[in-house]
Amino acid sequence: MAIRPRSQPKAPVHATSARGWWRSLGRGSRLRAIVTTAILLPIGFGWIYPFLWTVSAGFKSSGEIFAGLNLIPADPQPENYSRAWTDANIGRYFGNSLITTVASTAIVLVTVSMMGYVLGRYQFPGKKPLIALLAVTVFLPEGYTIIPIFELVNRLGLANSLAGVTLALAGGANVVMVLLFAGYFAQLPKELEEAAVVDGAGFLRVFWEIMLPLSKPIIATTIILQSMQSWNAFLQPLVLTLARPDLRTLAVGIYAFQGQFYTDWSGMAAAATISLAPIVIIFLFLQRYFVEGVAGAVKA
Amino acid sequence: MAIGAAKHAASLPERGTPARDGKPLTQRLWAARWCYLFLLPNLVLAGMFTFYPTVMSWYFAFFDWSGFQSDREWIGLDNFREIVADEFFWDAYRRSFLFMLVAVPTQVVLALIVALALNDSSYKLGTFFRTVFFLPVVTSAAIVGIVMTFVFSPFNGPVNKVLLEVGLVDRPVDFLGDPDTALWTVAGVWIWKWFGITMIYWLAALQVVPQELYEAARLDGANRMRLHKDITLPMVFPFAVVIVLITIVGALNVFGLVQTMTGGGPFFASEVMEVYVYRNAFGQSGIPRLGYASAAALFFGITVLGLSLLQGWGLKKANHARAEMTQT
Repeated sequence: MAIRPRSQPKAPVHATSARGWWRSLGRGSRLRAIVTTAILLPIGFGWIYPFLWTVSAGFKSSGEIFAGLNLIPADPQPENYSRAWTDANIGRYFGNSLITTVASTAIVLVTVSMMGYVLGRYQFPGKKPLIALLAVTVFLPEGYTIIPIFELVNRLGLANSLAGVTLALAGGANVVMVLLFAGYFAQLPKELEEAAVVDGAGFLRVFWEIMLPLSKPIIATTIILQSMQSWNAFLQPLVLTLARPDLRTLAVGIYAFQGQFYTDWSGMAAAATISLAPIVIIFLFLQRYFVEGVAGAVKA
Repeated sequence: MAIGAAKHAASLPERGTPARDGKPLTQRLWAARWCYLFLLPNLVLAGMFTFYPTVMSWYFAFFDWSGFQSDREWIGLDNFREIVADEFFWDAYRRSFLFMLVAVPTQVVLALIVALALNDSSYKLGTFFRTVFFLPVVTSAAIVGIVMTFVFSPFNGPVNKVLLEVGLVDRPVDFLGDPDTALWTVAGVWIWKWFGITMIYWLAALQVVPQELYEAARLDGANRMRLHKDITLPMVFPFAVVIVLITIVGALNVFGLVQTMTGGGPFFASEVMEVYVYRNAFGQSGIPRLGYASAAALFFGITVLGLSLLQGWGLKKANHARAEMTQT
């Protein structure tokens, strides 16, 4: 279900300039657009104000942060950012977050697309019980799974390693993403692989060279959903790095920073900005995929 | 998401090799060997990080277990007996539901109102505002929580500054340090943080309302309010059930925001269930009690499951009602 403005056949879409579009609206629509904007604009500003405030506080001196509401620092102090990056280890945490996010997203993409492909296009003994099993996982009361996950990662010898955090972030049935792939592959025409099989392509080649390249929209959605989840994860990296501060990811590192350097407000704000910036920038560029991914997830 | 996903799974098309072509099972298994190979990676990951931890978290609930290095001792239902008698557990339990009962309706209703305003295709700024309202969703709850401790700081934090300047308060409010306001401040931030996702769900739901229904009603002279009351709301009702369910589960499982904003304090005033469980399992308050924490989480999880089933039943009813409506 794409979240695009519904095309209304009767709306005069030929209006090219903003003025033309404005004239094309009826009086009622024009009034409504003005009222809606007048209400939403201040709310929208308040909505993103915490982020603007954080970025700006990162450039202020600790004294100036709480001196006023002005967003533009009187005397910009970019050294707050370099101090956070090196002294507070934010640079290292950034690297840890990057590694675990990229690796867990790659793992999820491979495993989920393979299962989705088979479920969407093939019939095999045991398919029905498998689907039932997936459906059940959605309903099970989870309990406190972080304890057994911690124990399992320990027993695999991956305790206190980035590999352990990565696996924990990638792990799980990822039912929603599997179903997105399955649904997408299921509606592709059958002739696609028939032609390839005639050409002598095997199972693996059909998947890799024909099917997977066709599923780019779902690949984009999966990458976005999973990297958002991994980058923002808190409980798993928190518990799995309790004994190894140098392996903390950004969210955990800044949480620890809060306890350690309680008075360095500007350093905190700079650190928070560094960790929020990548995901916000990616969102602003790929916002259509974010929104469609989330909507697709609820539809599934 | 949950109920929809299960339904969707059941309706996956049956294509590929025919199911029963009379060949012996071993031959059919061999023919599908590639399928099994492709299922394997995800099944292994699901087994390790979904099935195994779920089952083990139930199992651990029956043990006395004080830390990963120590031995665990089977104590039957003792953990559950202790939970039922623990005041802190019931306080956290009540708080989680209170949090949910206030935060979920507020968020779902406000998100619907904004979604209705933005669903108008002739409104060119719709995409812009959608981006603005969705922005907090993509950010990390833990980091947002830490930032919010500054924003709501009683020592000249921006919220208190605005309130003082406008004259709404005489002296700074200690939003997160006062047991009366801490939980509700977190609830407000939670609504702000997740508002965008609920709004997107509503926008997706609104796309299914056929335009013809509106046009027909407009010809009959119905105004905008009437249109929404008579057409939009009944049509999106089945989605509403799913949206409310997802939001409820999210609200009951809130952890990162609370842990970073208040740590459950002051004096446990904002200790919701997940924070209580974390405190018992890994927190700084004495010896870790992994078995006890597992039991508390399981007890709570079963309650949430009961709620989901109730909602699933409601969804069935609603779908039935909608089917009747479109027929007439």
